[in-house]
Amino acid sequence: MQPKLELLSLDLIARILDEAFQLMQKPGIKVQSAAAREMLIAAGASANGDVVNIPEKIIRKALETTPDEFCLYDRKGQPKVWYGGDAVQFDPGSSGVHILDPDTLEHKTSYTPDLARVVKVAEMLPEYAAQSTAIVCNEVPKTIGDFYRLYVVLMYSQKPIVTGSFSVQNLPIMFDMLGLFAGGRQALADKPQAVFDVCPSPPLIWSDFGANNLIELAKARVPAQLISMPLAGAAAPVTLLGSVVQHAAESLSGIAIHQLANPGAPIVWGGAPAIFDMRHGTTPMGAIETAMIDAAYAQVGKSLNLPTHAYLGASDAKVVDAQAGLESGVTAIIGALAGINMISGAGMLDFLACQSPEKLVVDAEGIGMALRLVAGIQVRTETLATALFEGINFKGDFLKQKVTRDLFSKEQHLPSSVIDRDSIRGWQASGSPDTFARAKTRTRELLAAYEPPCYSPEQERELRTMVENLARKAGMDALPKLG
Amino acid sequence: MTDELFQKMSQSILDGDSDAAIALAKQAIDSGIDPLEAISKGFVVGVNQVGESFACGQAFLPELVMAGEAMKAAVATLEPEMQKRGTSRQVYGKVVLATVEGDIHEIGKTLVGTMLSASGFQVYDLGVDVPTAKIIEKVKEVDADLVGLSALLTTTMVKQKEVIDELDKLGLRKKVKVMVGGAPVTKDWVQKIEADGYSEDAIGAVGLAKRLVGVV
Ligand code: B12
Repeated sequence: MQPKLELLSLDLIARILDEAFQLMQKPGIKVQSAAAREMLIAAGASANGDVVNIPEKIIRKALETTPDEFCLYDRKGQPKVWYGGDAVQFDPGSSGVHILDPDTLEHKTSYTPDLARVVKVAEMLPEYAAQSTAIVCNEVPKTIGDFYRLYVVLMYSQKPIVTGSFSVQNLPIMFDMLGLFAGGRQALADKPQAVFDVCPSPPLIWSDFGANNLIELAKARVPAQLISMPLAGAAAPVTLLGSVVQHAAESLSGIAIHQLANPGAPIVWGGAPAIFDMRHGTTPMGAIETAMIDAAYAQVGKSLNLPTHAYLGASDAKVVDAQAGLESGVTAIIGALAGINMISGAGMLDFLACQSPEKLVVDAEGIGMALRLVAGIQVRTETLATALFEGINFKGDFLKQKVTRDLFSKEQHLPSSVIDRDSIRGWQASGSPDTFARAKTRTRELLAAYEPPCYSPEQERELRTMVENLARKAGMDALPKLG
Repeated sequence: MTDELFQKMSQSILDGDSDAAIALAKQAIDSGIDPLEAISKGFVVGVNQVGESFACGQAFLPELVMAGEAMKAAVATLEPEMQKRGTSRQVYGKVVLATVEGDIHEIGKTLVGTMLSASGFQVYDLGVDVPTAKIIEKVKEVDADLVGLSALLTTTMVKQKEVIDELDKLGLRKKVKVMVGGAPVTKDWVQKIEADGYSEDAIGAVGLAKRLVGVV
């Protein structure tokens, strides 16, 4: 039995949806894309300027065609990530602008080698089912930053990718890049290798960019991931439930636009909400209430049979310290117990602004524990205990049992060297390293052991040439050196 | 009697009670109190107090923002009377504030605007996704002393530079100070684009603005 955290009663879910439907009617949703407005109006919505009043029946119809589940594939075409049901998977947080220097602890502007390092570390850790386009590379022109990140991830990783575009024009480029490995656009739609984040703007706005993004993704049948981010108390009601209602209204209106553009295209009920810190005006990702909003909206999404996503497992600490560990661990556990299909955020510090490969390594331990927890307590032997007592005769001899040897690695999650379970003498003998020191060592080891994906030389050349040409158009003479 | 009124004015700001602030402003006008005095001896006292308690961690953003709103309401109520008397509230400076083109991050910029206006600046908040030309136009129209530019995306930060370059081209750069802000803005960036300053938060923005117009 997969253990579950449910914060809402069925009654409350019904009320949340009911109020979300009311909000979509009044005040309505501000839809700043003419194309999206026209589709909604043609389907029976009414509009006043760019505010569209969307009747429940349009949403209900859209929900009939959204797929309950889909897979993401790796570069070899193997299914690796399952969206749907209560599958729980993790990927690193994305779009950071800084990288934590492990030696000086400075938050430095991030460049290509930093992204390469993050991707390599995530590639080596099985706790990450997918990669993300984790940080922006500041040496490339901002206009090509989105697909350039994807290029770096593709060069270093076989895993499915959680990504997103910064402009609608760059979407087809990113499809073509992924298509190189999938075998063209059609093959990419059949076996998608990436999911694209799309954000409504709180409160209750679909920007021109966001809505057109949804439409293009739907047309290409590349999975879209809704990232509604009510900020409770600032860009959303202060109550957790008020924010969950807003999340539902923003997400449901997005689903309507998406399904009208192409019924049956895959879409994920995701988000990155946060409470608003009333002292500092920040958006704490590590707050317990942030995680509670996530768990609650995930439950709403599940009631509609939608695949789910959330931003958890990140911290607002500035270094990889106790706060980083506890916020990341606690929120990863909550996301896992909520049965969220893809949980983004690992590696992140400072309100999603700063990535750290060392933190990714520590977070992998928390994720390992979370995954162990949701694997649940299982019946592995015929009798639970009685047969295991045969021949024991009041002696602590269980180490000698064959069943111990057979089952210990199933029953116990084996932590890496990042988790200290040594004796105090052993710990002292190895130089009394703290968590961060152990993480630094392990990061170095992982990087040394990393092996790049073996693509065919043509594939690699084609990808490189494609990005090179586009970079030249954007004013670069040559692509930066990779890792 | 007047002191008591001033005291109530200050309290209305502390309570973030716009309705009370408006009523008290009207009462001041009716009883012939100089609007400038109502502001300086009444309402501003409350604003300063909230600012101080916020700075030392005793007040929170909702209190700060509500106080700012009540202050705005009070000043707006007193405005016609000031005009009648041919006086005007002394403002520290005129600020044109915007989130740059292509960027719709609103919360931080609005917070900065609220704090600046509560602290005695005349703020022209142009909203989000504002093209450079529109910002320049407003600067010229209102004869601004300061421009505040918010950018939260690495892709839109370049627009901060664009505004500065444009002001330069028009020969306005000496006269108009430019402050920038937003999560990706760093000291290095400020130097690179030759802005006059940046701040990490709204309270810092007020200090910065005061420094730039030379009041502290
Ligand atoms: C909320 C939010 C949104 C909301 C905005 C809602 C709204 N109505 O404003 C929405 C959902 C719309 C959004 C959209 C996007 N976002 Co966003 N967003 C954020 C988030 C989580 C918080 C921003 C915020 O409001 N903070 C709270 C306020 C109070 O803080 P603040 O804005 O920093 O402002 C303070 C200071 O900076 C300073 N300040 C601000 N302005 C000024 C101006 C002056 C003159 C001065 C002196 C000071 C100053 O004072 C303020 C008050 O204390 C940040 C994460 C972060 N760490 O910043 C990401 C973040 C900025 N977003 C990000 C991204 C990528 C996006 C999208 C591109 C996502 C997508 N793929 O669709 C879109 C872009 C849309 C667009 N064209 O602008 C990235 C940017 C990364 C990058 N490389 O540039 C961030 C950093 C998150 C991340 N790591 O992924 N986002």
